[in-house]
Formats: sequence, C-alpha cells, structure tokens
Amino acid sequence: MAKHVVAPLGEIPPGGRKLVEASGRRIAVFNLDGEFFALLDRCPHQGGSLCGGIVTGHVESSTPGEYRYSRRGEMIRCPWHAWEFDIRTGKSWFDPRRMKVRSFPAAVAKGAELVEGPFVAETFPVRVEDDYVVVEA
Amino acid sequence: MGQGLRAIDCDLHPWVPGMQALAPYLDEFWRDQITERGITQLDSQSYPLNAPLTTRADWRGARGEAPHSIEALRAQALDPWGTEIGILNCLYGVQLVLNEDMAVAFTRALNDWVRAEWLDRDPRLRASIVLPLQSVERAVEEIERLADDRRFVQVLTLAMGEQPLGRRQYWPVWEACVKHGLPLAIHAGSAYRNPVTSIGWPSWYLEDYVAQAQGFQSQLASLITEGALTKFPELKVVLLESGVSWLPGFLWRLQKTWKGVRFEVPWVNRPPAEIVRDQVRLSVQPFDVPEDAATVARLLDHLRSDAMLLWASDWPHAQFEGDARIPAGLPPALLPKLMWDNPLATYGRIRATVTEGVSA
Repeated sequence: MAKHVVAPLGEIPPGGRKLVEASGRRIAVFNLDGEFFALLDRCPHQGGSLCGGIVTGHVESSTPGEYRYSRRGEMIRCPWHAWEFDIRTGKSWFDPRRMKVRSFPAAVAKGAELVEGPFVAETFPVRVEDDYVVVEA
Repeated sequence: MGQGLRAIDCDLHPWVPGMQALAPYLDEFWRDQITERGITQLDSQSYPLNAPLTTRADWRGARGEAPHSIEALRAQALDPWGTEIGILNCLYGVQLVLNEDMAVAFTRALNDWVRAEWLDRDPRLRASIVLPLQSVERAVEEIERLADDRRFVQVLTLAMGEQPLGRRQYWPVWEACVKHGLPLAIHAGSAYRNPVTSIGWPSWYLEDYVAQAQGFQSQLASLITEGALTKFPELKVVLLESGVSWLPGFLWRLQKTWKGVRFEVPWVNRPPAEIVRDQVRLSVQPFDVPEDAATVARLLDHLRSDAMLLWASDWPHAQFEGDARIPAGLPPALLPKLMWDNPLATYGRIRATVTEGVSA
C-alpha cells in the first residue's frame, strides 16, 4: 500500500470529512477530534457514498424508553438506507463481523517527513513547515 | 398423516349459543340487563354464523347451527384424532362491547362458562383466559382471578383491537402473563374499533378475512418495536388462525428496514427475526401454502426454525375435509414436533401436567 498525502491538516477540521481519491479508490477521510480515520466511500450494502451521509452518535438501550447516547460524531450513516457504520473501525452495528466498510490507516504527518518520501503527491504542494493527512491505500 | 402421534390441538372453538347461555354466570344486575335490554347474542362479523368457513358443513347441527356441546367436540375432534390435550379459544364477541363494565361482566361470565361447561367436563381440555382489554387494569384482574386454575394455559386477544398490542399501556397485562406462565394468544378477528384494513372499511367478508394477515403483521411489528418482547423475554406469543406463509416475507422486510432505523428503537438490540423465532409461535390451520412438499419445504427453510409451528384443527371452522387435519406437504419428520413437542415447549402449564405429573 502506498502512502497518499490527501490534504493539508487544516482542510479537515475536527468533525470534518473529505472525500479523496487514492490508488483509484474513493475514500472518505474523517477527523474525530484530531484522530484521523479513512473508509472506503462505498457502503457494503448497495454502494452508496458514505461521505454524503450524516455523522451521528451511537444509541443503545437496555430497556424500552431508555436512550443511552454516546460517541457523538463517531458514526456515519449511509445516505441511501441509513445503515450505521463505526467511523473508527468501519464495522456496522448490527452485524459487525460480516457487514463492514473497508478502512485504511490514516495519520497526520509533518511536511518535513513527507518531503523525503516515498509518497504519492497530491495536487497541492507539500511544505516542510506544515502538517498533512496521510492515508495508506 | 399424523396417526399414532401424541397430539395437542392448540385451537378449538366452543360456540356460545347465545347470551342466555352466559346468564347463569352473570350477576343479578347483568343477568336482568341482558333480558331487559334484549341483548341476545354477541357473534361478530369476523365469523358470520352461516359463512361456510365458520363451521364445517358436516359438523353443523340439524338447524345448521355450530356445534356447541362437549359431545360434539369429543366426537368431531378429540376422539377421532386421539387428541390428548385440546385448548379452547372462545371467540364470542365480548371484545366488541364498548361499555367497560359490561365488557368485564360478559368476559368474566364467558370465562366462567368455559370453565364450568367445558373444562369441568373433560380432563383433556384446557382454555384461554379471554381478556377484557377494554381496560388494562381489569384485564390484569381477570388474569389474577383465574390464574390459579391451571387449566387456563394462556390468555386470548384478537388480531385487531383498540391499540397496537406492543404499546406500553398494555404492559401490565403482559407482565401478569409472564408472572403466571401464560402465553399471549392473538387470534384472527377484530373488535371493530378500527377498519380491518389500513385503507378503510372493506365491502366484503373476503376482504375482512384476508386482511387478518395485515393485522397480525402490525401486531408483531408493534410487539417488537415497542420493546414488549425485549422487556418480557419469557413472554410467548401464539398467533392463532393467522396463516404462516406471510411471515418470512414480512420478517425480511422488517429486519432489512430495521438495519437502517435501528436508532429509532435501540432496545431492539438483535435482529427482529431472532426475537420472533425465540418468542412467537403460529398455528397451522389455516396453512396458507400450496400443498406440494417442495413449496412447503421452502417456507420452512425461510422460517429457519422447526420450533415455531403448532398443530391445531381450528374446530369447527372449515379448514379441511374429512380427517385431513395435518396440512398437506409438511414433512413427516416435523410432525412429532408440530403436534406435541412444540406445544409442550410453548405451554408451560401443559408441560407441567403432562411431563411432571402436576395436576391441572
């Protein structure tokens, strides 16, 4: 897998996301409070673009009428049929073993590290003094 | 088919010949009221008396009336088929009564009539406690009043009532069911509070009868999504005269959609079809499937369970000719489960009397 510099850090703020292309794949990159996650932008159900879905939290319940809401901003819901996936893992809630979105390693790297390569350049310049989001795909 | 197998008939219908039959079981006020007000009968249009389905032609009396004696039940259903246990589900239209006090009085009388005129006369018989669901509180009282009589093995309501049965207002009733080990039976029929179809009142009996499947589907969806089955995991729900073939398609649709809107009902914390396989049972008359074994096998495969179906003759409703009480196409290997094991697993009170020697 090659490392792709997909965006300057400032372009995907906390809570933000960006649809990028790497190794011929459309990939949705998410910033969860400074941590970066990358999912194939293709719902395993019927291929909807996950990046276009709403980001929400996870609700569980141990008894009717109780809504235990947590992990706000860490679930993505496909815009087509609203299937939920965990942005951190790509796993669906209802069948995490078999129904999951492919995920890719994503991280922040310093421009100083990146200029030495190897990496796949994007259409923006990489500057030594800035930080960038890097996806391995 | 089915000869020599131990059998529990899960759906038998004693017919009330008229309100005067219940008079001895009413208190003095209501006994006088039915005479003074001229309340002669409560038969509902769910089973019009002369409709061919309501009573098999060869089981009708001399005047065409439905069989209503213990002797007829023995001769037509229990004896010829070697039924060891039969469950009476009385469909007299007490659910139609709008006055809560009258409804409770009539329902109590009906349950006492079943006990005295049927249960006391044949040790093979068990019965459902008919619920006056016009009042949740008084439905619970009726369960408490009768639960000590172990011959009452479940409670009975109709597929179409005032509100969807999963709603929280009904939970005290289901809690009482669990407390006393009584499954909740939902039988085809309507209290006629709402049109029997969601698009409005139909014109014909045919529409009413086939719309029952929609009613059952909506009740199942309600019991699941409202969380009633999650809240009461010990509660068994028995669908009677519901048909079976609609279930896999309905569950597929329900489960598929649940994947997208699970957040709406987070207490439905496992696939709805699993919940149904664990807690819902269905009787097999009518068995609304073509009669060839390959088609039936496909249906059973879609159910993914051999524990869900219960044998019933649906006496005296006309579902089959002669002795063809086992629907054609069912695999012989399923029959011991269908006729004995599954009912026993469903009805704890019957299990206790049959396998543990507890007297009913």
